[in-house]
Amino acid sequence: MMGKEVVIKVKDFSYYVGSSQILKNLNFEVFKNEILSIIGPAGSGKSSFLRCLNRMNEIRAETKIEGTIEINGQNIYFPEVNITELRRKVGMVFALPVPLPRSIFENVAFGLRMAGVKDKKLIESRVIDSLQKVALWNEVKDRLHSSALKLSGGQQQRLCIARVLAMRPEFILLDEPCSGLDPVSTMKIEESLMELKNNYTIILVTNNTKQAARVSDRTAFFLSGELIEIDRTDRLFTAPRDRRTNDYISGRFG
Amino acid sequence: MSLRLSPRKEQAIVRRLLFGLTALSLFILAFIIFFILRHGLPVISWKFLTQNPIETGKEGGIFSTIIGTIVLIILALVIATPLGVGTAIFLTEYTVEGSLTRIIRFGSECLAGIPSIIFGLFGFILFVTKLKFGWSILSGSLTLAFMVLPTIIRTSEEAIKFVPQAYREVSFSLGGTKWQTVSRVVLPSALPGISTGVILSIGRSIGETAAVIFTAGSALRLPTSLFSSTRTMSVHFYILAREGISLSKAYGTAAVLIISILLINVITYYLMNRFLRKYT
Amino acid sequence: MGNRTTMKGTESKEKLIRLFLLATALSAISILALISVFIFTEGLPIMFRHGFKKFLFSLDWYPTEGHFGLLPMIIGSLMVTVGAMIIGVPLGLAGAIYLTQFSSKKVRMVVKPMIELLAGIPSVVYGFIGVVILVPFVRENFGGPGFSVLTASIILGIMILPTILSISIDSLMALPPAYREGSIALGATEWQTTRMVLLPAARSGIIASIILGMGRAVGETMAVIMIAGNATSLPRTILDPVRTLTSNIALEMGYASGEHRQALFATGVILFIIIMVLNTVANLTSRKMSR
Repeated sequence: MMGKEVVIKVKDFSYYVGSSQILKNLNFEVFKNEILSIIGPAGSGKSSFLRCLNRMNEIRAETKIEGTIEINGQNIYFPEVNITELRRKVGMVFALPVPLPRSIFENVAFGLRMAGVKDKKLIESRVIDSLQKVALWNEVKDRLHSSALKLSGGQQQRLCIARVLAMRPEFILLDEPCSGLDPVSTMKIEESLMELKNNYTIILVTNNTKQAARVSDRTAFFLSGELIEIDRTDRLFTAPRDRRTNDYISGRFG
Repeated sequence: MSLRLSPRKEQAIVRRLLFGLTALSLFILAFIIFFILRHGLPVISWKFLTQNPIETGKEGGIFSTIIGTIVLIILALVIATPLGVGTAIFLTEYTVEGSLTRIIRFGSECLAGIPSIIFGLFGFILFVTKLKFGWSILSGSLTLAFMVLPTIIRTSEEAIKFVPQAYREVSFSLGGTKWQTVSRVVLPSALPGISTGVILSIGRSIGETAAVIFTAGSALRLPTSLFSSTRTMSVHFYILAREGISLSKAYGTAAVLIISILLINVITYYLMNRFLRKYT
Repeated sequence: MGNRTTMKGTESKEKLIRLFLLATALSAISILALISVFIFTEGLPIMFRHGFKKFLFSLDWYPTEGHFGLLPMIIGSLMVTVGAMIIGVPLGLAGAIYLTQFSSKKVRMVVKPMIELLAGIPSVVYGFIGVVILVPFVRENFGGPGFSVLTASIILGIMILPTILSISIDSLMALPPAYREGSIALGATEWQTTRMVLLPAARSGIIASIILGMGRAVGETMAVIMIAGNATSLPRTILDPVRTLTSNIALEMGYASGEHRQALFATGVILFIIIMVLNTVANLTSRKMSR
């Protein structure tokens, strides 16, 4: 596990919305092909951090950053960085499944079409491949062209992951992807994630400490915009170094 | 104070009064529609709809005025829809609330309140005389387009605001640019709402007389180009009724007008409900 | 991570699109400016030449002889507008109160769009109904020629009713449900609640609806031409014929030329100013509401 290639490097990173500081001086690294969970109570800044990784934070007005985030050695906040390419490389799955009001096929193909891919064969093979990777292919192969809105919540969320996979990203950011799902659907998503980590680096923000314990290699604990502790998941959950981490994972707050 | 009614009694009386006044409003509507249709429907026939007016409308049908109305409205919408939808996109997607949006909204709201006769005067002086388009379809359409622009802006803006923010986030997160997000995600989702505005504008244009009569003129021939003068149904109806040319033809024309308006309102109502149900 | 050239390409394309949209967004305000400029440049010079006083306070309108007194028309517009308010405001408000406080949601969902349909009926049709039904009715029952302030007021009142009803319903519905529930929980009847809590709370929206209705009444042209009688003398009773500012323009525009035409634009200037004042007041009141 250790001694692995560093793919994301967060250095002295702070983030402000308006005059309030959301993230405070973060310093840590993410390794290739790991699942990193970020846990913490509501308002700890974990989702905001995720949005800083693909610069989705910039959609809202009045934001400011300090410090750097390097992905593959490149500071993503350099002015010459192409944001749309960054977002293709760093895919994102949201808390609630948001299928676009289109067919299942078109949902998965959406990113490719926006990237200007015209080759029909390529699009089709990517769609099939992506749906297979999230174990949705068998459930939807007969109705690829019916509306994605008709899928169940769990299926929709797996579709959203497939939609990200179709872009062939290197990173997948998941923002509490199971918060609206039943246990069976949650389990299916977790299985997919374990499968996917062989090829992708995954950062999972979750409110569910048990989920973090189940799926992730390492876990980071955020509190009030600060990184309190980051460690191997088994160690963080059995022998946290910080009292606040211990309080949180034993359910004393949050 | 002993004369004072108990609150319950007072409420019962007020309630009946309010019900009566509401019923009266409904009755007026029903009466107008019924009255026009009762006198007008017997006049409407295939011939009435497909024959040109003869002897300034004393005989024959209203075909050329139907064509005039349709051509005028289509051209007006072709001009007003891009402007209105563009404005709505700019206001909702490309800027934040500030003095610029306040000015734009103020302009649109004021334009909505300007009486049609002022539009008529303006269209007459600018298009008919200054730009030398003459009394023509072009002058009439431009004037109508300016008139319906605020309706299209307002309904489009509301429709666009109804599109869930999450759709935009998904599109951005998949590497979509602003324009891709707007054109591939926001606009298609807002389309039913936007068409409501366009159809409402058709309704307003069909009934418009004052702005049209001074810009498109009142020629009864079938138009041959954008520079032909034309007469719309409502202008025709006005002239028939006011100059006492033919009462029965006037009723027939009014019935066609009322039926078109009814149809348009039913369509808008249906579209609007479907759109709202989808997003709420 | 950066293919610089394609990024520059999409970025400048995005900038171009934004610029284009900004241009469309400025269309409404530009058109408003254009209209003001044209109406004023056509109408103001003659007012300066003959003096504002003459336009505003002279009773004589003989445009071909150089008498451009608009006072009868100003008073005419005022009278029919006030008359329209007397008819339209109670009807509109009663409907709004009944549909929001005393009827089921189902009834409201059906009746509101039906009454709003009144706004869709072309003004020429209103004028026509006025001519064939109301004018003879007024003549036979109240005397006078029938083409009168009264007739015009009734028709205009019906025409502005949907505006008042619709906006008042919206502003009553926008109130927090707690207002109503709280008052009823204290033992007030629905009517007491409406009168003492809801109507005051929705005041600015209701006022805005009335002002917008006023604007519609002042600006209405075709219906008024057909039923008001159009005499240029001052009406002494509400059964006398009257001419409004709008009819004055529409009636004579067809044949006017020279100073006469300019005088019609001067009429337009006065009308325009009245409307802009009403619009601005309505705008400010409803903005106060949203705050």
